[in-house]
Amino acid sequence: MLRRALGLLPRPIAAARARSFSTDLPAAHTADATFMEAWNKVMPNMDPPKTPLSFMHPRPPTPSSIPPKLTVNFVLPYASELSTKEVDMVIVPATTGQMGVLPGHVATIAELKPGVLSVHEGSETTKYFVSSGFVFIHANSFADIIAVEAVPLDRIDANLVQKGLADFTQKLSSATTELEKAEAQIGIDVHSALNSALTG
Amino acid sequence: MASNAAVPFWRAAGMTYITYSNICANLVRNCLKEPYKTEALSREKVHFSISKWTDGKPEKPTIRSDSPEE
Repeated sequence: MLRRALGLLPRPIAAARARSFSTDLPAAHTADATFMEAWNKVMPNMDPPKTPLSFMHPRPPTPSSIPPKLTVNFVLPYASELSTKEVDMVIVPATTGQMGVLPGHVATIAELKPGVLSVHEGSETTKYFVSSGFVFIHANSFADIIAVEAVPLDRIDANLVQKGLADFTQKLSSATTELEKAEAQIGIDVHSALNSALTG
Repeated sequence: MASNAAVPFWRAAGMTYITYSNICANLVRNCLKEPYKTEALSREKVHFSISKWTDGKPEKPTIRSDSPEE
C-alpha cells in the first residue's frame, strides 16, 4: 500500500510544474481551427461570427525591464475616474495600511479601507477619499483601482464629518445587538478616516 | 467554535462585504458639501415597480422608491 502511495506522489508534482500559473498571460487568442473549417464548409462566403474573446484586448505583456510609469485605471460604478493614465506612483489606503504602488510592483490584490488615495504624477498630486473597494496590481505595472464612492477632498464638509463622528460614537455606546454595534463601529471608522483626510 | 482566520468585525457580526461597502459609501455621500451631496444622493436613488402575479396574470403594479439600503 505504501509503495502505491509513493508511486502516486511524483505525478501531481509533475502535473503542477506543467500547469502554468494563473498570473501568466494566456496564449494570444487564435480562432478555433475546427470551428473555422466547419464554418467555411457550410458558409464559405460569409465571415465567421466574432466571439466575445476576439473583442477583448489582450492584456499588455509583462515587460522584461521595469517600465518607467504605472498605468492606472480608477473606476467607480457610475464613472471612470482615470482610464489607463500613466502616473509615477499611487498611494492606496489598503486595510493593511497606506500602500505605495510604483511601477514594477509585485502583483497584488488588496482590499481598501475608507481613506485617502493619492495619485502622483510629476510634481502634481491628486487626492481622493475612497469609501472602500479593491486594488488589483498586475505584474505588467497596470493597477486597477475599483471603489464604490470616491470624492476629491475639497468636496467633503468638515461639519458634517464632526457631527457624524459624534452621532456614531453615541450610537456605539447605546448599541445592543452585534449588528448595531458593527454599524456604529463602521460609522466611527469612516468618519474618523474622513476627519484625518481633512486635517492630514 | 473558534474561527481560524481573523475575520473583520463586520463579518463577525453577520454582515456581508457588500452591505459593509454600501454603508461606507452612504456615509461618505452624506458628508459631502451641498451641490455634490444632492447630486450623489439623487444618483443613487432606486425606483422600481412591483407587480404581483395571480393566476398567471399581473395585478396593478405599485411603484416603490426605496432609498438606498442603509
